[in-house]
Amino acid sequence: MNSWFTLHWSWGVTILGMAVVTYATRLSGLLLLGGVEVKGRMKAALDAVPVSVMMAVITPMILMTGKAESVSAIVVAVCAYFRAPLVVNILVGMGCIVALRLMLGG
Amino acid sequence: MTSFSSSFRQGLKDIVPLMVAYVPIGLLWGTLAAGKGFTALEAMLTSMFVYAGASQFVVVDMWREPLPILLLVATTLVVNLRHFLMSASLSRHLGNISGGWRYALMYILTDESWAVTERRAQTHTIDLGYILGTFLPLWPTWFLCSFIGAVVGNALGDPAVYGLDFAFSAIFITIIMGFWKGPRTAGVIVASGLAAVLGKLYLPGAWYIMAGGMVGVIFAALMHSEDEA
Repeated sequence: MNSWFTLHWSWGVTILGMAVVTYATRLSGLLLLGGVEVKGRMKAALDAVPVSVMMAVITPMILMTGKAESVSAIVVAVCAYFRAPLVVNILVGMGCIVALRLMLGG
Repeated sequence: MTSFSSSFRQGLKDIVPLMVAYVPIGLLWGTLAAGKGFTALEAMLTSMFVYAGASQFVVVDMWREPLPILLLVATTLVVNLRHFLMSASLSRHLGNISGGWRYALMYILTDESWAVTERRAQTHTIDLGYILGTFLPLWPTWFLCSFIGAVVGNALGDPAVYGLDFAFSAIFITIIMGFWKGPRTAGVIVASGLAAVLGKLYLPGAWYIMAGGMVGVIFAALMHSEDEA
């Protein structure tokens, strides 16, 4: 039987492999661009990274899951546009999604 | 100059809401992992060494015995390719932080602490105190909650009942809107969102994340006119 502190070797190898490739992705941008002066078009591109990456991560969740997710996302976006604090937006989002899932039955 | 400790406290203050949000998500990941046969130690080590929530959720979903090790590692790589863009962008704001610290900080780079730091960099200079304040607290929060989740997880029930599965979407939307600078931001949002949808529909696995990220960045580069500052 497994205890809480058992470590299977195949698990260990997989975890190590995942850790190595993940750290490599985290270092890659630093190693390629660290110390390079960035301006002009390159700067415009890098300035767009936060919005582009975060949008790409959440879009399937908020647009391709269901009506409840899409509507809640819009409500949170409107609150955020008017500079509501993060904690408020999290609570509004959670409240919205629970209410809408109940109303829409899914 | 602001002191290390006051910067650290500011970073901590900015990251606390996200720490709170990490608790249920970490518990959830630990629960899912235990359901796939992870021991609590294995769940904690994954969260400690890989420490990349999005890829951990994708991978645990694919977990089966015997472990398809190459597939699991390759999937992790694809989900986390976005870190290239993140660390490239962040490297511009690291100022006088030394090389050794930079390598250490990149190890604990996450979407959330990175986004908060990028947001801060719009109006302030980033120093080591601030970045440690935002980066460091999330790490033990994540791996300890993963451990606890693997031990007690099933007692929690379905997090969707409380809308917790939507918490990170709400966080990301809030941070995205914090970068709002008018119509051009809307263009980047639409371009990356559209590419992510198409990628989700037509590309295998998690390539949609990189597709959306790259298209947004390329769109911004194309929209740039050289007479701007």
